[in-house]
Amino acid sequence: MMRMLRSIGDWFERRTGLAAALAVPMGHRVPRSTASWAYVFGSATLILFVMQIVTGLCLALVYVPAADQAYESLEYLNYQAVLGWYLRAVHFWGSNTMVLVMTLHMIQVFLWGAHKYPRELTWIAGVLLFLCTLGMAFTGQILRWDQDAYWGLGIGTSIIARVPYAGSALVHALLGGPIIAGRTLSRFFTLHVFVIPGLLIGLVGLHLWLVLRLGINEWPMPGRLVDRETYRKSYEEEVAKSGVPFFPVAARKDMVGMGVVVLAVLVCAAIFGPYGPNGVPNPTIIDTVPKPDFYFLALYSLFALLPPWTETAVLLIGLPLAIVFLLVVPFLAGTGEKSWRRRPVAVLGVLLILLTVVTLALLGLTVPWSPIMDAWSGASTPAAYVKGRTPLELQGALTLQNKQCRNCHSLGGEGGRRGPALDDVATRLTRDQLVRQVLQGGGNMPAYGKNLTPAEVTALVAFMQTLRPANQQPARTATVPATSAR
Amino acid sequence: MCAEHDSLPTPSSSRRSFLFKLGLGLNVVAATLVGIPVIGYILGPLRRRTAQAWIKLGPLQSFPEGQTRLATYENPFRVAWDGATADIPCWVRRIEGERFQVFAINCAHLGCPVRWFAQSRLFMCPCHGGVYYEDGSRASGPPPRALFEYEYQVRDGHLWVRGGQIPTLSEPA
Repeated sequence: MMRMLRSIGDWFERRTGLAAALAVPMGHRVPRSTASWAYVFGSATLILFVMQIVTGLCLALVYVPAADQAYESLEYLNYQAVLGWYLRAVHFWGSNTMVLVMTLHMIQVFLWGAHKYPRELTWIAGVLLFLCTLGMAFTGQILRWDQDAYWGLGIGTSIIARVPYAGSALVHALLGGPIIAGRTLSRFFTLHVFVIPGLLIGLVGLHLWLVLRLGINEWPMPGRLVDRETYRKSYEEEVAKSGVPFFPVAARKDMVGMGVVVLAVLVCAAIFGPYGPNGVPNPTIIDTVPKPDFYFLALYSLFALLPPWTETAVLLIGLPLAIVFLLVVPFLAGTGEKSWRRRPVAVLGVLLILLTVVTLALLGLTVPWSPIMDAWSGASTPAAYVKGRTPLELQGALTLQNKQCRNCHSLGGEGGRRGPALDDVATRLTRDQLVRQVLQGGGNMPAYGKNLTPAEVTALVAFMQTLRPANQQPARTATVPATSAR
Repeated sequence: MCAEHDSLPTPSSSRRSFLFKLGLGLNVVAATLVGIPVIGYILGPLRRRTAQAWIKLGPLQSFPEGQTRLATYENPFRVAWDGATADIPCWVRRIEGERFQVFAINCAHLGCPVRWFAQSRLFMCPCHGGVYYEDGSRASGPPPRALFEYEYQVRDGHLWVRGGQIPTLSEPA
């Protein structure tokens, strides 16, 4: 049996010569130090990409890229197609994991100085791969064609519409027309299934070719500086002296890493299942709170937290500048120290970016800046706040509830967090200040002057004056002596 | 014979260079002829056609005076496969008589759907916390301007609006 297989194999090999051709790159010698766990993220990203292609092809067998049927075809995949739910889940968890592992790969190669001479182009191809992958993430989110997709497109449209002069032309190009509709989905399908994957495959080829041609980055040693004159020679000497064949010596750990990430994706997919689609993409259903997938949560938070007047500049100048900065990193510091032990600015830079992105993304999960649309009708007033109150104060408690104050202000931990919690508002504001704040607004609060009757304001303020812990003094103005304060 | 042919002087080498240039030229012409319709097709949606049309929103009786109500119109430029996305919502405020304000659903900040709260007479946006007064003017939060407003007219006892495109900062409704 084995002999027969071998002879079939030989038959093909004599004609194709593929095994001999592949043996060269697989067995090429790499520095012994690169056979490390730190170096497994690149191959892990690659295997996830392959898995995305396979599952994506399967999903495309059923998915209908038409605005009137896409949602139904996803429901069909989830509930009727044999194992459709599982392939959707693997594709979803695979995409999340791919963004994550790719980010780890990027951080690792940067901290290990792999972007320095002569591997500048490898880094640039990698940054482009990263951008294409984020492009896949965004377009894939649109293909889910649910409420999040519809309003996510609305957000994307509003962003590019801010480009001066070309704004409306760009909107039409993005949407395939003047409004989000059938032609929009077809465009994003083409991008997600043909255009960006084509770019990705080409860039992966270039990236791998450069890795083979220039060699895997050796483990950086503090004090061993990169010099354009001597680097390549000393790298080749090191490989000749103590190099090991990539396969199997270095590839062993890569293979373990690949297996672990794929299994992790499969397990997540089996346990958590597919994501969405969440709500039919019917724009007339406006009781929706659109939210992007996790890779764009940080950006989403940024829009809420930036001072409004800086938004357009940050979006249209800051983001492109950030991308350009990533691309030119190898030219800003292309030689010198490679080890992260001797590159404090690089390490702090990575930490700063990570902390910023993670903090923003976590804020994006809790959205403290958004009114909670049903708090006024869904969150109850804590019983302690209405016990023993006068009729006027009780009327005020009702006003506070009915006028949607709770959408932004919490009582007893329930309600929005856009404005301050009102549990101890009487210790912070006097009666006059409360009246002024309600009538004129200010800070982030709308003015309620036109929307409340004087009687309602009186009752509301009377109720708010009772909101303070028993052991704390009410607020008073500096001009009034403590004894005469009510 | 081939070798002999190759070593022949000028006449045939000029023929070869002619053939080479001809091949190059033909392919440049062909690539251009393929490229023009491809680029034209891709940029097709950019061509400035009127992206707005008058649409009947409903009889005046369905919009009581002093109230703000959600109304829906069908995208006048719909295609057969638009599905539910052809239905576009908007907020209609009937001030009094034939004086109206018709607001786009999209927040002026980043396009999320704003919701009307009749009790506090405010529009609130669920995305980044933009708030607008009942006349659409900005009350608080990140929006850079008031809610987008559609042009409207009253004809034959019906309210009509001019719509069909997503309102943005570069192209308000």
